[in-house]
Amino acid sequence: MAINLKQMSAEQDLLAPGHRACAGCPETIIVRQVLHAIEDPVVVATPTGCLEIVSSPYPYTSWRVPWIHSAFENAASTIAGVETMYRSLVKQGKMEDRGIKFIAFAGDGATYDIGLQFLSGALERGHKFLYVCLNNEAYMNTGIQRSSATPLGTWTTTSPVGAVMPGKKENRKDITAIIAAHNIPYVAQAAPHAWRDLMTKAQKAVAADGPSFINVLAPCPRGWRFPPEESIAISRLAVETCVWSLYEVIDGEWRLSHRPSSKKPIADWLKSQGRFQHLLRPGNEHLVDTLQQAVDREWAKLLERCKVAAS
Amino acid sequence: MTLKIERVKGDPVALDGDRAVAEAMRQMNPDVVAAYPITPQTEIVQRFSEFVANGDVDTEFVPVESEHAAMSVCIGASAAGGRTQTATAGAGLAFMWEVLWVASGTRLPIVMHVVNRSLSAPLNILCDHSDSMGARDAGWIQLYGENVQEAYDNAIQTVRIAEHPDVMLPTLHALDGFIVGHNVERLELLPDEAVREFIGTYKPEHSLLDVDHPVTYGPNDYHDYFFEHKRQQAAAMEKALEIVPVIGEEYGELSGRYYGLMEEYKLDDAHFATVALGSTAGTTKVVVDELRDQGIKAGLLKLRCFRPFPAAAVAAALGNKKAIAVLDRSVSFGAQGNPLFLEVCTALLTHGFAPKVVNYVFGLGGRDTRPAQIHQVYRDLMDIESRGLVGPTLRYLGVRE
Repeated sequence: MAINLKQMSAEQDLLAPGHRACAGCPETIIVRQVLHAIEDPVVVATPTGCLEIVSSPYPYTSWRVPWIHSAFENAASTIAGVETMYRSLVKQGKMEDRGIKFIAFAGDGATYDIGLQFLSGALERGHKFLYVCLNNEAYMNTGIQRSSATPLGTWTTTSPVGAVMPGKKENRKDITAIIAAHNIPYVAQAAPHAWRDLMTKAQKAVAADGPSFINVLAPCPRGWRFPPEESIAISRLAVETCVWSLYEVIDGEWRLSHRPSSKKPIADWLKSQGRFQHLLRPGNEHLVDTLQQAVDREWAKLLERCKVAAS
Repeated sequence: MTLKIERVKGDPVALDGDRAVAEAMRQMNPDVVAAYPITPQTEIVQRFSEFVANGDVDTEFVPVESEHAAMSVCIGASAAGGRTQTATAGAGLAFMWEVLWVASGTRLPIVMHVVNRSLSAPLNILCDHSDSMGARDAGWIQLYGENVQEAYDNAIQTVRIAEHPDVMLPTLHALDGFIVGHNVERLELLPDEAVREFIGTYKPEHSLLDVDHPVTYGPNDYHDYFFEHKRQQAAAMEKALEIVPVIGEEYGELSGRYYGLMEEYKLDDAHFATVALGSTAGTTKVVVDELRDQGIKAGLLKLRCFRPFPAAAVAAALGNKKAIAVLDRSVSFGAQGNPLFLEVCTALLTHGFAPKVVNYVFGLGGRDTRPAQIHQVYRDLMDIESRGLVGPTLRYLGVRE
């Protein structure tokens, strides 16, 4: 299906307005982008987290599609159960094959940390579902605690900036590469400002013959400390500075989706958000250098994986 | 409900408890089974995997990476509107603990076969009831079987109980690890068609796969509604107290083996009674027979349905006894007594009875419980009666001290 903005604007959102997300929250934008991209009927699972909380305060729901929340760690197993029941009932002739697509939308805490085993198991077993990580790089629902998606040096409430600690002391985990190592047919990274890229990826993901995974950067105004009207601009800046890259891994082949015309320095990224302000204080120049080197190293590694020349 | 069931002749076979449960699962032909191997349940998943591999069932089997995932897959599958089962034991049930509550709170009629095993530490794979007793407040209906035949019969009845429209609660039945799970006994299997007819077809009220009528499962639910939902859950559990014996009666019409909430063995005129769950009831029956031969009025209350707890029936059966011993195969550390004891005492008290009651912890970690030990329990009860003194309430049977 071609992605047509005009047509999309006439379609009903499958995540209804009136939900309780914070102003500027990109998660609901991303969910709507994904659901607009998919033509077939869908069933959605969401673990405990921001999206689940803001979209389902009983007796209200924002979901115009069948939706289930079970617990924090098990969205992959939950949607795998739904998908398995669908296969079983269709196989037995107990229901018609409606071409239903199965999607999990989960935060980085639920994906990188507490739910990794469940996700890994479901991917290995080959359930046909799309898992979208809404990656805001920390536990935002509980109030900005560090996760293994939180970048080095970031302030969070559990990696505070103190007299002897300059924010988070550890590198973030490269979950997308870990997922790619499961040898599933479709893996990608995306960001909400690049909406056409994101939606095309969602379409490819659900068309894949097996599990698929998209890691979407979800800049969080509250947790990252920037004004709510800047979410999409921050998303763009992440890609322009190469702290977040857009790519696909299709049947094991890495493909770069976007290359910034000129790579902006990490300082631009750090300046844009309150969570990094301590890094810009005099005496911390070495930390900025370290972060720039890490970005350069990761970017070079990605170009090599995608077989793209460095210069 | 009118019962128009034709009695069928069972097929006598020799099987251990695990295999008997696997046979029941084959006959029930669930839409989805998600399970993880753990001793002493492993034989169930192995045997069932063979049924799947040979096309003997239509089931989609999900060989998950953990028990927590097993229950999580079951939750998704059951909410998607089909029949869903799992099996586990000991640590596996403990690992599921969080999502046991999700299954019951979401009112999903999942069926679970539990082969009782102790909980670590120290590591022990043998039988006690720490696992299922640890899950006693999780909102699951709990049945306990004495032997292989009962494990098979209970397995089949759980589906009907769980899916009853007035109940809609996940249901587990327990069989003692190794003692029932791994011991070969004679039992009768119902014909496949009889089982399939007995369980019928399942028509869910709401299904995630009904994409034309989208439903939201598992919203967040705070002070303004949560309490009412929990009250409804409690009401469903109370309703199950009526439904369990109705299904047991119907199963009796079919098989000749009738089931209620409990079994009273030579209890009516007994002066001295024990209360037990699971295989130990079998040992106790032998002892009761021996005591009766000696002219001692001994009796047994074998409880089948622990959740919901049939308080009125238990109180009526035990209220007039001279002395009662409640046998618990698990420990509630620091409590005034162990799970079965506390239930029995509360039932007696709230129904106006105050007989002399003591509590024995026995058989932890697979410790064998022999007839001689049960004889000792009855001697203790006679001693309590003749002296008029209860002595220590909490006792341990068959332990070196």
